[in-house]
Amino acid sequence: MCLAIPMQLVDRNEHEGVVELKGVRRHVSLMLTPEARVGDHLLVHAGYAIGAVDAEEAAETVRLFEEIIAAEGSSEDAHPEFDEGARRGDVNRER
Amino acid sequence: MKDEAVYTDARAVRAVLDQLHVAAARLDRQVTFMEVCGTHTHAIGAAGLRRMLPANVRLVSGPGCPVCVTPVGYLDHAEALAALPDTLLCTFGDLFRVPSSRGSLEKLAASGGRVRVVYSAHDALAIARANPSQRVIFLAIGFETTAPTIAAVLAEAERSWIANFHILPGNKTIPPALRALANDPDVRLDGLILPGHVSVITGADAFAFVARQHRLPAVVTGFSPADIARAILELVRQRAAGRAEVVNHYSRVVSAEGNRVAQELIGRFFESGDAVWRGLGTIPGSGLTLRAQWAHRDAARIPVTLAAPREPAGCRCGEVLRGRIDPPACPLFGRTCTPDEPVGACMVSSEGSCAAWYRHERLGTGADTHSVGAQR
Repeated sequence: MCLAIPMQLVDRNEHEGVVELKGVRRHVSLMLTPEARVGDHLLVHAGYAIGAVDAEEAAETVRLFEEIIAAEGSSEDAHPEFDEGARRGDVNRER
Repeated sequence: MKDEAVYTDARAVRAVLDQLHVAAARLDRQVTFMEVCGTHTHAIGAAGLRRMLPANVRLVSGPGCPVCVTPVGYLDHAEALAALPDTLLCTFGDLFRVPSSRGSLEKLAASGGRVRVVYSAHDALAIARANPSQRVIFLAIGFETTAPTIAAVLAEAERSWIANFHILPGNKTIPPALRALANDPDVRLDGLILPGHVSVITGADAFAFVARQHRLPAVVTGFSPADIARAILELVRQRAAGRAEVVNHYSRVVSAEGNRVAQELIGRFFESGDAVWRGLGTIPGSGLTLRAQWAHRDAARIPVTLAAPREPAGCRCGEVLRGRIDPPACPLFGRTCTPDEPVGACMVSSEGSCAAWYRHERLGTGADTHSVGAQR
């Protein structure tokens, strides 16, 4: 029940907003995120935007994982079974 | 945000798991970490992460499923209210199939009871607006993630003079539950994966006490396999070094102080009170009750007669919620209790530990080898 999906704000009017993910649009309340601007990625839960994705922090985390991958190099041991699981495990749909 | 594909990149998770196996070799004993949030439990199951951990690292599921910790008495109360004249119940779908003492909201609706499933508290307010002659009661459950959406709807009901909108308060807060678990001698934890979307509202600082007062390492993290693997690595490294800190790996959406607008809105309508959690009992200060000035919105003040609540016979949901046992240790699991025919709440909600284990973790598990309490 605490699932929240990042969606992009494409329009707003007072406390009502329209968010989009992969072409799907829906109305959200912006009462909890009054500072949201069109173009922001918002975290949507039960019809409300409850927070925003910080672009700089997101880029920093992505960079960190890319470093971890680079450091690992072409290592082929360990966990081949993961490939399938990783694809299925994308429950937060953060892409 | 296309770069975020890295979170589900198998290479990222493999690299983190390799580091995890190296780090875990430095531990001097087996460690048990709890993922508090049901959405994490589901994600861990879907990615198969539990099976890829080092042998000395155990991951147990916690109480972070709002439907699962809602006590039977709350559902009985809802059913009693539904029997009143000119009354309409609105509920999140997750609660619909959870067994009460005598039935469930689903069975009540099937026999002509007046129950509607909504996606948002906002939808319940719209139903109240469209049905002014009815008393509309929204079943207010959920943690800090959901509580501000309910407060926002109450604010709108006040502003728009929608007099027939009420709630049955059942919201709960996570920090007092973690304090209770940390103090529970039956549940020996070595670290916590903190709930990411609760933290969006509370802020990471709200959990500083678990390290300061209880010496537990803890990580706020996201829900991708890479996020979760990295959180476990952080916990192992802290344990191996004898450290206990709360770190925030989910800074892309969680700040130190949280969502102040949401916190203020919660505070305007609710105050903390004692609350009953399935499995954990009464936890002081862990519930959100309506402030006295909003008594006219409080369905708990409507007089109804309630019998003593009855938990389903044989169900060990309560022990699962405390991380005492893994779901297969319950004799009902996968036999008389399945997602199609759930006996207990933890099998109903898709975020419930039993549902997640049924769906993802059954292969290669022996039902009698999963008692966590027996490990130490």
